[in-house]
Amino acid sequence: MVELARRLPLPLRRPPFNPVLLLLAAACIFLVVGSLRSTIFAQLTVQGTAIGVVYGSLALALVLIYRATEVINFAQGEMAMAMVYVAYQLTLWGLSYWAAFFLTLAISFVFGVVTHQVFIRPVQERSVIPVVIVTVGLFILIDGLVDWKWSATQRFMQAPFGNKVYDVGSVPIARQQIGTIIIVLVSVVALWAFFRFTKLGLGMRAGALRPAAARLVGVRTNALLAVGWGLAAVLGAVAGLMTEPSQYVLQPTLMQPVLLYAFAAAVLGGLESPSGALVGGIALGIFLNLIGQYVHFVGSVLQLPVAFAALLLVLLVKPTGLFGHRTVRKV
Amino acid sequence: MTALLELEEVHARYGPVQALHGVSLAVGEGEIVAVLGANGAGKTTTLRAVSGTVRREGTIRFAGKAIASTPEAVARLGVAHVPEGRGTFAELTVWENLRLGAYTRRGNLKTDFDRVRAYFPWLEDRRSQQAGTLSGGEQQMLALARAFMQRPRLLLLDEPSLGLAPLLVTEVFRIIRELNESEGVTVLVVEQNAHIALQLAQTAFVLEVGRVALAGPSADLQQHESVRKSYLGY
Repeated sequence: MVELARRLPLPLRRPPFNPVLLLLAAACIFLVVGSLRSTIFAQLTVQGTAIGVVYGSLALALVLIYRATEVINFAQGEMAMAMVYVAYQLTLWGLSYWAAFFLTLAISFVFGVVTHQVFIRPVQERSVIPVVIVTVGLFILIDGLVDWKWSATQRFMQAPFGNKVYDVGSVPIARQQIGTIIIVLVSVVALWAFFRFTKLGLGMRAGALRPAAARLVGVRTNALLAVGWGLAAVLGAVAGLMTEPSQYVLQPTLMQPVLLYAFAAAVLGGLESPSGALVGGIALGIFLNLIGQYVHFVGSVLQLPVAFAALLLVLLVKPTGLFGHRTVRKV
Repeated sequence: MTALLELEEVHARYGPVQALHGVSLAVGEGEIVAVLGANGAGKTTTLRAVSGTVRREGTIRFAGKAIASTPEAVARLGVAHVPEGRGTFAELTVWENLRLGAYTRRGNLKTDFDRVRAYFPWLEDRRSQQAGTLSGGEQQMLALARAFMQRPRLLLLDEPSLGLAPLLVTEVFRIIRELNESEGVTVLVVEQNAHIALQLAQTAFVLEVGRVALAGPSADLQQHESVRKSYLGY
């Protein structure tokens, strides 16, 4: 019988060959070759990446919430926008930009946790629809509160990375773009490590995947849901704070277009896949930036429709999104 | 023998449907107890009442005290519940499943994993495999291993034989007995397979429509006329 237990495992099956990864590799080669041949192309690619990581980080926030609560948080962009105003207020009170930045991230976490406990938790037991409606309500509430406190007039914040431009080869690259990419990637890697290596992160993943089974092994799912909302709010705040310098002005509509692109990025990536959201965001950012330059009728006006047309095309070919997959389940 | 777990007049319902109509039973410390019964008799619900995954009324005492009301709190008391469907986190790796088993505990898992490996040597090679790709038998073993990582005082098992080939059923039950004998884990097991359950358990309860219809030492129940007719088939 012990022999039987020893022989139990069947040989490991290799996952089938993945065409999406091949496509991404081809896209990367295209971008590298293009960048080597044309300065403008290289510049647009870097700029697109800087925009794309911001879409990606907000998309990641959406995915986090979606996986834990199974709803799209329509207020994610407005929560991020409110946090930018908090950072703005902190700099008005005399904090340096980076002190305000990190203090805002801490405040965002608390803000996310409180939002979950006060607004989401009371309705989440029933079904998905009430939660969606509450997030729409939150959108309007936050918008109204920001208007009331800071008014809708444009505000100006200090540029976090200055206005320095580096010359890489012959390609001029703004320090701000490099800074944005680094900040977003560092926060994403930190989040990934948290989920991958810590016990709390493991509990959160288990709670999102199988709430009932997670509770049976002692995971306090409700508390961890709140932590998830907190982390999503932090990620959103990073996106907001990195959007502001690229817009040069701060106003209550700051995150509304970004939220739409983040939706597109999240769906493109498969809605359940964190890495998909990030890759989707970057792909979208670069794609739109290049299209806007090289396809003349698109310009900057048609970017949003083009983004959704591209999304539609991808979903027609692959309904689960680029990185969505059906999990293997045996009974 | 002192009772580790006591149920007194426990009622439970799913919405308007009452599943338990006053179940009373006791599980002694260090014992293996089987709960038998037909489909819908309330076997699964009895386990769920203990672990708090169903709304229940009546008294449930664990180690002399009223048991906690939420599943996560019950788990923290030292109750490991392997539910229907085994509660495997199919999307996570084998190792992550084991880590989740030890979620309520602090400190290093190395010694626990070494002990688990003594029972399931194949786990070592499968540490980073997605648990959903294991076979049914392997998943049942993983569920036992996960429960064992929790170092429970009480192990609740819901139909461990379900969907397994006869050889594997014998193997699973051998391991359950071993956990009980060498680790001192008390076991409350729900089974359709009355034959093997009565061989394993010292005491058994037979449920019929949400009540305990019969109770006693397994040896007596094996001889019992109606048990033989209804559940053993001879």
